Amino acid sequence: MTDATATQAGANAPAATRKRTIPGGLRMDRLNTTVASLGLLALVLLAWQYLPTALDVPKYIIPTLSDCLSELKRMWLYEGLTAHTLSTALYTLLGFLIGSLLGATLGYLLGMSAFWEKVLSPYILALQIAPKVAFAPLFIMWFGYNSVPKLLVTVLIVFFPVLVNVLQAMRTVDRDLINLARAYNLSRLGVFRKIEMPSTLPNLMAGLRIASTLAVIGVTVGELVGGNTGLGYLISYGGGQANAAMVFNAIVLLTVIGFVLYSALVRIENRILHYLPKAHG
Amino acid sequence: MALEFRSVTKVFPTNSGAPLTAVSDVSFRVNEGEFVSVVGPSGCGKSTILSMTAGLYQPSEGEVLVSEERVDGPNAHVGFMLQKDLLLPWRNIISNIEFGLESRGVPKAERHARAMAELKHCHLDGFDRQYPYQLSGGMRQRAALARTLAIDPEIILLDEPFSALDAQTKLLLQNSFAKTIAEAGKTTLLITHDLAEAVLMSDRILVLSERPGTIVAEIEVDLPHREEPIKRRVLPEVGEYAAQLFKHLKLEEKAA
Ligand SMILES: Nc1ncnc2c1ncn2[C@@H]1O[C@H](COP(=O)(O)OP(=O)(O)OP(=O)(O)O)[C@@H](O)[C@H]1O
Ligand SMILES: [Mg+2]
Repeated sequence: MTDATATQAGANAPAATRKRTIPGGLRMDRLNTTVASLGLLALVLLAWQYLPTALDVPKYIIPTLSDCLSELKRMWLYEGLTAHTLSTALYTLLGFLIGSLLGATLGYLLGMSAFWEKVLSPYILALQIAPKVAFAPLFIMWFGYNSVPKLLVTVLIVFFPVLVNVLQAMRTVDRDLINLARAYNLSRLGVFRKIEMPSTLPNLMAGLRIASTLAVIGVTVGELVGGNTGLGYLISYGGGQANAAMVFNAIVLLTVIGFVLYSALVRIENRILHYLPKAHG
Repeated sequence: MALEFRSVTKVFPTNSGAPLTAVSDVSFRVNEGEFVSVVGPSGCGKSTILSMTAGLYQPSEGEVLVSEERVDGPNAHVGFMLQKDLLLPWRNIISNIEFGLESRGVPKAERHARAMAELKHCHLDGFDRQYPYQLSGGMRQRAALARTLAIDPEIILLDEPFSALDAQTKLLLQNSFAKTIAEAGKTTLLITHDLAEAVLMSDRILVLSERPGTIVAEIEVDLPHREEPIKRRVLPEVGEYAAQLFKHLKLEEKAA
């Protein structure tokens, strides 16, 4: 009875989208940006290697690239670099997981209870503003020089962006969608599972992405302040010995850890939020 | 299945303290298989009437009856559709259509079969695995209709389902809705701003006043082709009915 065109399009459409091809122009663009990025990297590395010596900057201020590489080898052989890196990576991941699990859980619980949200929101705001890393010395006083303080700092620092993002998203779930679900006789839990949870997923993922970068900061501060393991410890140790190359290396490795976590999250996000329309591609 | 409002008044609490009466003393009946439209100025309580029928709000006074039984919560007899298609963006079209069936304990295979049948019915064959963002506005509205029909409600409530569409799509969709609804023999309540749409699609039209909404007129549309608005459209009487509605809504006085 109605439009034949739509029905006709229906037959072709699925095949067309399944084979998602990148148009030629876009592929060229991507190639160009990759080449430019790599070129820039090469330039920076060259400058790093040759500028400090050319300008007579001493090694303990800015070590050259080769200084850093040989220091890296030494750290790997004699300073137990692998163990330090793994320890930091482990606590970053652990702190991130615990913190975001707690943050998301509390966010969803408060999102379902307007009363408790109102009661707790001033405290949440205050804690959110308070600089979490400043708690590190306190935690050390309470728990001693072990891995508990750095884990706590990380959990605390990860917790808030996740909580706030989830809470914000729960407040803005489409009322009409919820009414629709209620009209279809969904229980409170059903509404949460089938409407609220998926609606808030984009915000949760955004919160997790922010949290992943903060997790590295949390662990680093924890390790800087107390303890004798991890890359943060190597930074304070290297700093004490005026070994700038060691500090540089530790910073680079910390960045790598953060980058890996962040990229993993972006991948997961792209996979589960595939239904969001993309600007291009 | 019939639908009836008996002296229904709905008062909303407001932040300023003074309660707001959305509709006041509204009584009407929609008989089984009948198509009734409600027109009225913006904010006069049309959507409120719909929500009360769906059991989302309780009336402050009076009662709403569906097949002679008092509505006191969401119930399985009623399906509703809004201006927004309300498709869940994270579900593909077929599982969107299945959505309403999930909470009714329909087995998976049967759910799928029923959804596929409605998909065909609403001319969306081949789009079952697509996501809502990959469909046009008109197609999404048809998918929403398919979801509403899938639960096989006795009463269909439509709240301006065509108002976001362009004129041609609107006409085609009105036609396709009218046909589908007539074939299935559903009792329908359509809320609309579009006077022509009310005339083209209904058996009867209720005119509401400004807030608090009360029924100021009830017009029988005595024209053929209810199941095909495209045919009804060319009848000369359509203009007269629209003019009558126009008069009841006092649009000229308001413009002056
Ligand atoms: N949940 C609510 N709480 C408080 N007031 C409400 C609520 N829902 C509706 N109202 C008020 O009731 C009145 C009627 O609203 P309703 O949505 O029914 O109007 P409408 O006739 O559908 O308008 P429109 O044609 O613009 O869609 C409005 O003044 C609105 O502010
Ligand atoms: Mg409305």
